[in-house]
Amino acid sequence: MIEIRNLEKSFHTASGTIVALKNIDLTINDGEIFGIIGLSGAGKSTLVRCINLLEKPTAGEVIVDGQDLMTLPKRALLKMRRSIGMIFQGFNLLEQRTVLGNVCYPLEIDGWKRADARARAVELLELVGLADSQKAYPSQLSGGQKQRVAIARALATNPRYLLCDEATSALDPNNTAQILELLKRINRELGVTIVIITHEMKVIDKICDRVAVIDKSEIAEVGSVAEIFTAPKSEIAKELIFPDSLAVKAVTGGKKLRIVFNGEASTLPVISNLVLECQVPVNILFADTKDFDGKAYGQMIIQLPDDDRKAERVIAYLNTKKISYLKEE
Amino acid sequence: MDKILSYFSDMFVQLWENGYIQRGIWETVYLTFLSAAIAYAIGLPLGLILSVTDEGGIRPIKWLNKTLSIIVNIFRSMPFIILMVAMLPVAKAIVGTSLGNKAMIVMLVIAAAPYVARMVESSIKEVNAGVIEAAQAMGTPNLKIVTKVLLPEAKPALIVGAVISVVTILGYSAMASTIGGGGLGALAIIYGHQRSNPDIIWFSVVLIVIIVQVIQEFGMWIARKCDKRIK
Repeated sequence: MIEIRNLEKSFHTASGTIVALKNIDLTINDGEIFGIIGLSGAGKSTLVRCINLLEKPTAGEVIVDGQDLMTLPKRALLKMRRSIGMIFQGFNLLEQRTVLGNVCYPLEIDGWKRADARARAVELLELVGLADSQKAYPSQLSGGQKQRVAIARALATNPRYLLCDEATSALDPNNTAQILELLKRINRELGVTIVIITHEMKVIDKICDRVAVIDKSEIAEVGSVAEIFTAPKSEIAKELIFPDSLAVKAVTGGKKLRIVFNGEASTLPVISNLVLECQVPVNILFADTKDFDGKAYGQMIIQLPDDDRKAERVIAYLNTKKISYLKEE
Repeated sequence: MDKILSYFSDMFVQLWENGYIQRGIWETVYLTFLSAAIAYAIGLPLGLILSVTDEGGIRPIKWLNKTLSIIVNIFRSMPFIILMVAMLPVAKAIVGTSLGNKAMIVMLVIAAAPYVARMVESSIKEVNAGVIEAAQAMGTPNLKIVTKVLLPEAKPALIVGAVISVVTILGYSAMASTIGGGGLGALAIIYGHQRSNPDIIWFSVVLIVIIVQVIQEFGMWIARKCDKRIK
């Protein structure tokens, strides 16, 4: 378990002190895939670096497996880092080493015998599907392959945690999907707890169990992915999840309703039934719904008729069908 | 051979037949490479310390970095000919003489080591910061970052820097001949310039150009060969 308590990080620069993180409280449970999302500059990269103390927090506690990393002596901290793997947006492979050499690197640092290290490295390359490329150099690989090597390298010392800093941001959609699939498999099969930093909602959507939304150096919201996707409370979460719905808000007038699908059967034609039963035409301004295991999640913004009585009928209908909605200004 | 020699001055023929020119070539090569080797023994660790202790380095130590940087700058800013004269007593203290090849090596090392240090420093600083961060994330102690990340990753740049350094030292070695050292520079100055035999000057120049070309081409070939980034 990773616990972050009252964490604060500020940088001192020539032009004054910049607060990168403040009042950060997070608990990341064993076995979950935890996402941290925010716009660029929100502080998420600094936050992930505070977990393995690549950045030393100005104040607060970082407790990994019950141990406060801030109090560890240097040597113990280096050892601790070997149980927290990390992968990066830019892959950061050793360019002058082969694929096999890269995966052997953390094992050499950990004092493994050469033959044992090689055997372990080959095993990991098989896991990530790159057993055939052992002798290749990073420059000969595609982005997706490089990230696979980086994952194999990060897992070499059997870490309990894997930190991913924008690990798919430099990849095309196809490679992104494959890397996310691989991370999910590592989580399920090896039981590695994964922390994912990203600015892309679809990454969170695809593999995370829980998510923290970070904005302006602070945590705006934490919750299960389903919760945050269906009913985002903070402005920033709404903006990240429904970037287009804000645009809708800006251009159209009139009364609007935001209908929230919170796990209703996705086979139920909610809007059609509403139109038929209420005898009221509705205009769909925005819709983004997803189907998880036959249940609908997401939101839809509909424009209500100007006639108040007709509008009330729609609302009454939604109430009787127990469909949650929010009145939009 | 006699036919070729007949185009040259009597002085040249005499020098050639006594093996002076052949020895000059050998001396130029060995003085240059020996000085370069000693200069690297001092300059490589110095350059590493400069890059590691710098603000963005893996172990910033401000006072050490500043002090070394100032010392390196002092030696780097002195014109070689003046540095040489100023260092005569130092040469005497180290090798017991301020004349000849031994003194010349001391001069070349004093002039080249700070140059090498800057070369090494800039090569090391070219190593991708992300790779260093990854090594730190994997719990690598600083000393191992130097030996397993910085040096191997900077290897191609270090070799290119070494080629440039060796060529610079070769240039210095011609000047250092004036304090009584050997090599092609001495031949050109003593027998060519001072005794008015332009053929000896030009012959030395051509040989030096050829030596530089060989070092340059061979060095760059090695640098390309060991760089795994381009395939």
